[in-house]
Amino acid sequence: MTSVQLFNLTTIGYFVAMILFIAYLVTRSRIIALTATIVAWVGFATNTAAITLRWFEGRAMGYSQAPLSNLYESIVFFAWSILFIYLLMDLKYRQRAVGAFVMPFAFLGMTWAQLGLNDAIEPLVPALQSNWLTYHVITCFLGYAAFAVACGASIMYLLIVNKNQESGFFSIFPSSKVLDDINYKSIMIGFPLLTLGIVTGAAWANYAWGTYWSWDPKETWSLIVWFIYAAFLHARFTRGWAGKRAAWLSIFGFAATIFCYLGVNLVLSGLHSYGS
Amino acid sequence: MANQKETTFAKKVADFFCSLKLTIFCLISLAVTSIIGTVIQQNKPRGEYVQVYGENLTNVFEKLQIIDMYHAWWFLGLLFLFCVNLISCSIKRLPQIITSVNNPPLTPDESYFKSLTGAKTFDSKLPPDQARERLSNLLGERFAKAKTTKADGTIHLFAQKMPWARFSVYVTHFSILLIFVGAIIGNIWGFKAYVNIVEGTSVDQVWKQGEKNPLKLGFEVRCDDFSVTFYEGGQRPKEFASVLDVIDNGQEVISNRKIVVNDPLSYKGITFYQSSYGSAGAATFKMRVTPKGGSGRIVTGQEGDHIPLPNGGSFAVNGYAAEYQGFGPAVQMHVNTPDGKHGNPFVVFQRHPEFDARRGGDYAFALLEYNELQYTGLQVKKDPGVWVVWTGCFLMIFGSMAAFMLAHRRIWIAIVARGNGCTVRFGGTTHRNRAAFDLYLDELTTEIESTLNAPAGEK
Repeated sequence: MTSVQLFNLTTIGYFVAMILFIAYLVTRSRIIALTATIVAWVGFATNTAAITLRWFEGRAMGYSQAPLSNLYESIVFFAWSILFIYLLMDLKYRQRAVGAFVMPFAFLGMTWAQLGLNDAIEPLVPALQSNWLTYHVITCFLGYAAFAVACGASIMYLLIVNKNQESGFFSIFPSSKVLDDINYKSIMIGFPLLTLGIVTGAAWANYAWGTYWSWDPKETWSLIVWFIYAAFLHARFTRGWAGKRAAWLSIFGFAATIFCYLGVNLVLSGLHSYGS
Repeated sequence: MANQKETTFAKKVADFFCSLKLTIFCLISLAVTSIIGTVIQQNKPRGEYVQVYGENLTNVFEKLQIIDMYHAWWFLGLLFLFCVNLISCSIKRLPQIITSVNNPPLTPDESYFKSLTGAKTFDSKLPPDQARERLSNLLGERFAKAKTTKADGTIHLFAQKMPWARFSVYVTHFSILLIFVGAIIGNIWGFKAYVNIVEGTSVDQVWKQGEKNPLKLGFEVRCDDFSVTFYEGGQRPKEFASVLDVIDNGQEVISNRKIVVNDPLSYKGITFYQSSYGSAGAATFKMRVTPKGGSGRIVTGQEGDHIPLPNGGSFAVNGYAAEYQGFGPAVQMHVNTPDGKHGNPFVVFQRHPEFDARRGGDYAFALLEYNELQYTGLQVKKDPGVWVVWTGCFLMIFGSMAAFMLAHRRIWIAIVARGNGCTVRFGGTTHRNRAAFDLYLDELTTEIESTLNAPAGEK
């Protein structure tokens, strides 16, 4: 068994969980919801095993780096982080309908990684040979994942707001109050993690290049994301910005996050050239 | 009247700078304007902008300082407005919070209790003093040590947890200011420069970007060696390394310190980072040249020169690779016939000195030594503000985590005598996460009830 095969199994697991969560929306069967959650846990365990195995595979090839060094490895870790934050939220809220809006992010990420990206384990170029790489990547992606969960909850919020939830399709959705709360709580988790991600990135840049901030596009976009979520958190203190506007801000925030992660590498040029 | 108008105007201005709307405006405009500099490349020569955007648009860019927008007056202005907003908010709210934390109402009346979270009233048969003792113990065990105040025949208990959690948000805000202060210190008292050092030589001055006059270091840095190594069987670089010495006042204070990309050298607050490298003039080599059937002799020469051979011809080395197709270092060379005809180029490997004899030429070549004189390019940086920035970052992370996770919780109890027994009023407040506090108070309420209902003399 190789790590790539385990990642394939993870992808299948996330796909099945996603379909089951959607089936739950239609059928309202609690058993299906429970099965979907169990499959999501199994997928998460497989994902964890795959990342661990890949680490050992790298070591066997003589490379000591953590498996977080290229686009392929970052995206499978992103999927892992999404599941981590989602399952944490599920333990607290037990609102299974949310799974139908969060699992697609993890599934799409895994599918793209498995079908479109180079899965070879390659040694690190000198610029990346640092322990800061591990801290930086882990904090950033856990933050991104929390924003993904917030975005899923926000999409649900916009679907049900002003709708009658007493019967019909939307009655299975959590109440708008709960969704708003999930949105807020996820960003509350994500924001300090993103801050930590930016700070570890700055610390690393200072250590490796002697500049903690150089307004390179990746840095700037991470700051843009930080500004958006800071605005979100402050906007909650005034009533006008809760609910619908907060949901939109959260969706914009996640779009900016994705651009920061992928768009900057694919569209703009700069220091973080692993995506090219 | 005029005076009053002035005060209302002044108040309006003050309110504007303290408002949350301004905060959100600043954050969103910083986010939106920051995008410009990621789309339009920054700090390129003028010609590049003219080529891409045309003369007219380039002029507009220059006027609006979009070419270096993160240092433009309007962007710095936005950051400044953001700071003013931060400071005004703190000046406005902080004293209120200090007062409210330091002077909680110790003898609240009945209507105050009605405004509290989880407000409840109990009747108990216990005499007030005994009720006080039991409730005070309960609060001490389950929540926090209670403060007792007696007023107008009523016994008041007050307890609070983590009052300092209120200040975490101000710590976070202060940290942002601290980061700016650190950046300003770095800009005023620090510098960013570069220097190239040829192997075997030393420098005592560096050059700041865009400046003609060098900056004296006050000590010397010598480069003993620069090297690039590659991962086996590939072009992927493994390590760029320089071996440096520091000479201060004629004394070698640091010897043979190897620096690589992620491991710089610091001396007297100045840090040297491995940044680039290049060739510093022609390389030299040492070769053994063996004529067919004869015995070899050692020849040294410079790359590119034609070196005469005993038969009247000559040879020249034209290229070098540190790693050639998995066989290690190699040179490319050719031999010229005595009548000046240019021979076909061939490759000689350093690790396989016997190989070239098989080529069957008039002379066999073996590469003994190859010295490519290189320079190492170092980034040189002094930033006395960096520790202020890190302190700011540290405070920001812990401040924001505390602001999101910790709550200042307060509980009040009033015990009023009623016949032989008493009436107990109860309630609390939290400055965040009310839902969790509600649940907590529900649990506490049941415990209070059972404590109060337990027969007198028992606990």
